[in-house]
Amino acid sequence: MLIRLEQRPEASKSMVYVSPVIAVILTVLTAMVMFSLLGVDPLKAIETFFVEPISSLDGLAELLVKATPLVLIGVGLSLGFQANVWNIGAEGQLVIGALAGGGLALAFFDQQSVFLVPAMLVCGVAGGMAWAAIPAWLKTRFNTNEILTSLMLTYVGLLVLSYLVHGPWKDPEGQNFPESRLFHDSALMPILIDETRLNVGWLVALFVVVLGWVVMSRHIIGFQIKVIGMAPMAARFAGFREKRLIWLTLLFSGGCAGLAGVIELSGAIGQIVPSISPGYGFTAIIVAFLGRLHPVGVLFAGLLMALTYLGGDSAQITMNLPNAVTGVFQGMLLFFLLASDVLIKYRIRFGAPKIETAIQAEAAE
Amino acid sequence: MTETPRLELIGITKAYPGVIANNNVSLKIMPGEIHALLGENGAGKSTLVKFIYGVQKADAGRVLWEGEQVQIASPNAARKLGIGMVFQHFSLFEAMTVEENIALGISPELTKGDLSARIREVSQQYGLPLDPDRYVHTLSVGERQRIEVVRCLLQDPRLLIMDEPTSVLTPQEVDELFKTLRRLSEEGVSILYISHKLEEIKSLCHTATIMRMGEVVAECTPENETARSMAEMMMGADLVSPERAFRMTDGAVKLDLRNLSVKSTHQHGTDLKQINLQVHAGEVLGVAGIAGNGQRELMEVLTGEVPTGKADELQIDGVAAGHMDPIQRRLAGVGLVPEERLGHGAVPDMSLWENAFLSAATRMNLIKNGFIQVLASTGFALKVVDEFRVKTPGVTHFATSLSGGNLQKFIVGREIMQNPGVIVVLQPTWGVDAGSAAAIRQALIDLAANGAAVLAVSQDLEELFEISDRIAVICEGRMSEARLAENVTVEEIGLLMAGVGLEEEPVHAD
Repeated sequence: MLIRLEQRPEASKSMVYVSPVIAVILTVLTAMVMFSLLGVDPLKAIETFFVEPISSLDGLAELLVKATPLVLIGVGLSLGFQANVWNIGAEGQLVIGALAGGGLALAFFDQQSVFLVPAMLVCGVAGGMAWAAIPAWLKTRFNTNEILTSLMLTYVGLLVLSYLVHGPWKDPEGQNFPESRLFHDSALMPILIDETRLNVGWLVALFVVVLGWVVMSRHIIGFQIKVIGMAPMAARFAGFREKRLIWLTLLFSGGCAGLAGVIELSGAIGQIVPSISPGYGFTAIIVAFLGRLHPVGVLFAGLLMALTYLGGDSAQITMNLPNAVTGVFQGMLLFFLLASDVLIKYRIRFGAPKIETAIQAEAAE
Repeated sequence: MTETPRLELIGITKAYPGVIANNNVSLKIMPGEIHALLGENGAGKSTLVKFIYGVQKADAGRVLWEGEQVQIASPNAARKLGIGMVFQHFSLFEAMTVEENIALGISPELTKGDLSARIREVSQQYGLPLDPDRYVHTLSVGERQRIEVVRCLLQDPRLLIMDEPTSVLTPQEVDELFKTLRRLSEEGVSILYISHKLEEIKSLCHTATIMRMGEVVAECTPENETARSMAEMMMGADLVSPERAFRMTDGAVKLDLRNLSVKSTHQHGTDLKQINLQVHAGEVLGVAGIAGNGQRELMEVLTGEVPTGKADELQIDGVAAGHMDPIQRRLAGVGLVPEERLGHGAVPDMSLWENAFLSAATRMNLIKNGFIQVLASTGFALKVVDEFRVKTPGVTHFATSLSGGNLQKFIVGREIMQNPGVIVVLQPTWGVDAGSAAAIRQALIDLAANGAAVLAVSQDLEELFEISDRIAVICEGRMSEARLAENVTVEEIGLLMAGVGLEEEPVHAD
């Protein structure tokens, strides 16, 4: 039988939401094939990967802790992506934001204050924004490509972190380990559920989701972002200022990444270490697309991606599978998502084209 | 007629998802016949032609070439049979010479020997002056079209397909082209001439096949028809020509361009040079000109996408407006309709109400504290749809789902419903079906009658003469003096479009 792709008369709105589900199903099926080839019971592996990590309160809390930075950054990036502003350097902005907030905690290491955490959050946002301002300035001033500049700045940011934890910010009583002092209690995010690491950061992430949603669906800025992304000439015709929007989206996504960094630092880690993030800034790119660049979609996608991190850990521990499984999962997910997205504009048809039915349909109208 | 037709199509059917482009179309073209294929946009003309030229396959139907059944699988096969085609949009390499371009487009056997001599020979024989050694980027649009025609003629075609060939030509160039086509017809070459310009078809074509919604609805002899009767066959409805109550060209100056000079922001663009133009309240001022002579640049300056050097080079109601951004200009009462509907005038993948909001947001107070007033915006869009009879199932549908004519009605309507004092329209009815075109023209005339100043930039002279009180011509970024439409002839406009007499002062100002 002949299988054809046929263009839809109008892009399918439901497929926009169905496509990620198809992608997840295909990923799981492929993973099962992969596991059986590795000689592991596929059902057991899937259970270890997707079910086991969240079958306890502690596991669920961990899921939210991991999802917090992904959702925060994902929302920030999705606004920019809709305006065709490709900030690929969220990882670097996360690190610089974390350093700005963490630096404040270290500066006040001997003083307790309820204002410390809010001040750290503000510093984190400012740090991320500052790092994102560099590509914004270069793009609006010299028309450089923000993909390259933001990505390269990520590595600069990581080197700054490395320099600080190995040098000036190293814990004086830390036996020369490349780590800062431990933050004291008033520099740590308040915990939401006792005995877990779930902290106020999750609420911050939820707030940003709602903020992003409102801005994108009802606010003039969201409208401008969408128009500039879909039809730049129409944006100019309407009088929207492109440079302003480049600044706005880069600063917002940088700020979100910085916020994620400082929350991760003071909520989950508690001191500055050489590796603050296992690539949240990059994974959030997948999260943004998996979530259809929609803040609520990003929320769900963030949870799913967080699960792949937890699943990877759990598979490593209980089944002795390599940690690379996490990366493979994330890669497959993006791969299948991009493939399934074809179905938004096309549909699959079996057999040769039938003209008679089309003509009858026309006549019936 | 006992003669064998050169080409006969029987029952051609082609369906796209959701649309029947051609439904059981049959067509006969005799040797030496100039056969018009007439129809509104979307009537299925281009689908049929693509099929004849082997670009596209049909779902059903037969083709007889000189009485024998053939399959035209590719443009190459079409050329081998003796079918040549001149497309509406040329495929030429600007950085190459005429000869190189021609050599690239014909079968390799023909490039052997002295190609340039043969190009000269053919171009002289058919009155198509062309220098094989010139570079394409130095040529005018009319000359570029000649390259395409000569390229076809070198292959001794027996059927020549011309797709909207005159849309880029001045009236004088059109006359030259028609001479060539008549000469070819006398030599026995059949010509399939696609157009919607009815006067041209009347003067050139022997027979006409009229298509509507994918079907052949009539065949006629253009000589025996009027432009009006053919238009009505094309539309399947009575045509209402625009009517105007009164003319007024002495109202207050609403839009004033004073020594406007602006460098183009585009590569190979045209700079605007010292343009002076006053548009008065109550008049429609038409600007004629061949595409690429500064219309796009003029529009960008008028919308505010490109600022003027000095703010007072452009004045609205006597206020210097050259440095106002598009939003400020709209607030000052300027309505704007750009040439490109999808992507410039409207966002394709946004709903109609969002597209209404796009340009009406500030002037119609559709924003409150930075938030979009969805109900008010939807209401405004519904009013536009209603008032301008836009055919759509609802204002939540995407702009792309509308036909060209309907979307243009929506865009023009959106601007008019904002009650502008000045409206600037680029190509008001470009690629729009005749019914919608008539409605849009009438709306512009009515707007002027109500005291607005209308500036219409168009390549379609018929249209300009229909709606304009005064006409000016833009050529290479210079603007001629605007003259009363009834005191100027098509020929005079044609000369100005070709750049004759623009260097000196205009001959006589009224």
